[in-house]
Amino acid sequence: MKILVQGVNHKTAGVDIREKLAFNGSKLEEGIFGLRKLPEVREAALLSTCNRVELYTFVSNASAATESIRNFLSEFHGIKRADFERALFTLSGPDAVRHIFRVSSSLDSMVLGEPQILGQIKDCFAFALDKKTTGVLLNKLMKKAISTAKRVRTETRIAENAVSISFAAVELARKIFKDLSGKSFMLLGAGEMAELAARHLVNNGVAGVMVVNRTYDRGCELASEFNGRAVRFEDFLQELVHADIIICSTGAPAYVLNKDQMQKVMKERRQKPVFIIDISVPRNIDPEINNLDNVYLYDVDNLQDVVDTNVQGRMAEAQKAEAIIDEEVEKFSRWMSALESVPTIVALRQKADEIRREELDKFINRFPDLDETKIKAVDYMAGAIINKLIHPPTVALKEDVDDRDELIATIKKLYGLGEDEE
Amino acid sequence: MELYLFELALTLYLASAVVSVMELFKGTRTTSRIMIVLALLGFAFHTANIIMRYVNSGHIPISNLHEASSFFSWCIIMLFFILEYRYKIGLLGSFVMPVVFVMMLTSSILPRKIEPLSPVLQSYWFGVHTVLAFTGDAAFALAFGVGIMYLVQEHYVKSKRLGGLFQRLPNLQILDEINYRLITIGWPLLTLAIITGVIWAESAWGRYWRWDPKEVWSLITWFIYAAVLHVRLIAGWRGRRAAILSIVGFCIVLFTFFGVNLIMKSIHSFV
Repeated sequence: MKILVQGVNHKTAGVDIREKLAFNGSKLEEGIFGLRKLPEVREAALLSTCNRVELYTFVSNASAATESIRNFLSEFHGIKRADFERALFTLSGPDAVRHIFRVSSSLDSMVLGEPQILGQIKDCFAFALDKKTTGVLLNKLMKKAISTAKRVRTETRIAENAVSISFAAVELARKIFKDLSGKSFMLLGAGEMAELAARHLVNNGVAGVMVVNRTYDRGCELASEFNGRAVRFEDFLQELVHADIIICSTGAPAYVLNKDQMQKVMKERRQKPVFIIDISVPRNIDPEINNLDNVYLYDVDNLQDVVDTNVQGRMAEAQKAEAIIDEEVEKFSRWMSALESVPTIVALRQKADEIRREELDKFINRFPDLDETKIKAVDYMAGAIINKLIHPPTVALKEDVDDRDELIATIKKLYGLGEDEE
Repeated sequence: MELYLFELALTLYLASAVVSVMELFKGTRTTSRIMIVLALLGFAFHTANIIMRYVNSGHIPISNLHEASSFFSWCIIMLFFILEYRYKIGLLGSFVMPVVFVMMLTSSILPRKIEPLSPVLQSYWFGVHTVLAFTGDAAFALAFGVGIMYLVQEHYVKSKRLGGLFQRLPNLQILDEINYRLITIGWPLLTLAIITGVIWAESAWGRYWRWDPKEVWSLITWFIYAAVLHVRLIAGWRGRRAAILSIVGFCIVLFTFFGVNLIMKSIHSFV
């Protein structure tokens, strides 16, 4: 009886393999039932995201299950085992538990500490619950995975500080302005990164969006997307006065804004602070502008530095997170071993008590003249003997050992405990 | 008894100041809470001390330098609590509590004996003038603290080195706003303090204005803060320049308060 995790993720496999093994749409339901129907699989859950396809199972026999799950994957997706086996990872027991906890806590993610994975784990669990493919063990494991992730989030700073350029821009804006809502914003030029940052700002309540583009039509298009207005390139200097945040990403070969121009703008703005993000390469805004009072200019390298520092910070926090996960894995293993060995211990004790009662009855029938006190004494001694006898196996069952399954089987065999219970 | 209360307050302020400095290096929610609780306890004893001194002497206890700097500290802490309650801006205590402690320490080494009130001070104007002056100065003290916070945070943003206190310091705009608001509170109070002083001088000494060093330096202070407000309204000076001016302003406040009394000869020598 073991927890077994098999699958592929961004660390083990390229997207070519991941996409072949993915359980998309209706395949997910089909897949989870197919997996659960395998003879060795007692409980099953299935996580399929763009970065990982992982099969979480509780199985009766790890090595047999490993094989049949691989065959299942091969048949289900119609690809040869040889084509994906090299990219497949297999973990069992505490290693499997640790893996699931690390995934949910976003320690295994491409972007350390990103929040989406926890939601995906929750969905995966909810789906399995809904389809009734899990039981006591995986239910507990999934709940623990979620609570561990929450512990990591609150006890470490792994999710703090932006690790993408566009988020870093928003974070900086929050350190310059009290409130982003009501701030006006100018998008100068276009480009993927600039538009992404613009979208983040708009999501954070920035109003009054102005879009400047050399092609006026393209500007209008973008402006309607952000609920803003388009401004002709020739007019952008006049409109600059109204912009609290400027993202610049034009393809111009030289500076489109120099220090003197900005100084005039600042005077007209009565020195209200301005945050300028210049993500164009070559730079479009004279770096000297940063020396003006109340003007904060960041170029793409500056933002990248911020991101790098934050990433390092997250890596340091990940160390703390690993310690939390160790602790939780340990707790879970203890719970699981108790769950496994308790029925055997109970059966052993029942068996011993049964023998004692039977033998005592025989004894009383054989010596009917004995008085109460003597019978009691004999019963007491019989109790002491069976206690002494079942003490060592009980202790052994409670111990945390790797081959507990075998031990349980051996004890059952030796004491004739039978296989009547599941 | 009243002296013990003072020592107790001083000790608690010291503890609070130490915690507040520790918070700069490794802050958590608990350290800032401990800092506030210690300051609150100190404030309670401090208040009791001032009340007892009032009862014992029969007049408002701002009649010598010891009492004055003690009362000054009391006003600063009071205002600090109000700001803390209203804005909850991180790390403000770290920039205020050490200042308060130094001020209280100065107060503790000055002569504390209760002397009979000099005839000049026996006036209705005594209480009004001093309380106005010190609440105004307390606002400037906090503007000083907030100004330093602004400069530190601005340095992080401008230099693009976002380590250290960057994450825990509040945003630039709120610091600038609080700085401005404090000066708009302090300046009218200072104005009223000078006006009441002038009226009182006439009734006590027979002249409205005699170019005494205390008067001169108070006027300089008044001009500095008037300038801060003026250039902000007219030319939109804010941010770094406003912060620097408010720091300079408070240095002059301190000089007017301590420097003039200790270095220069002033007829305003009691405080």
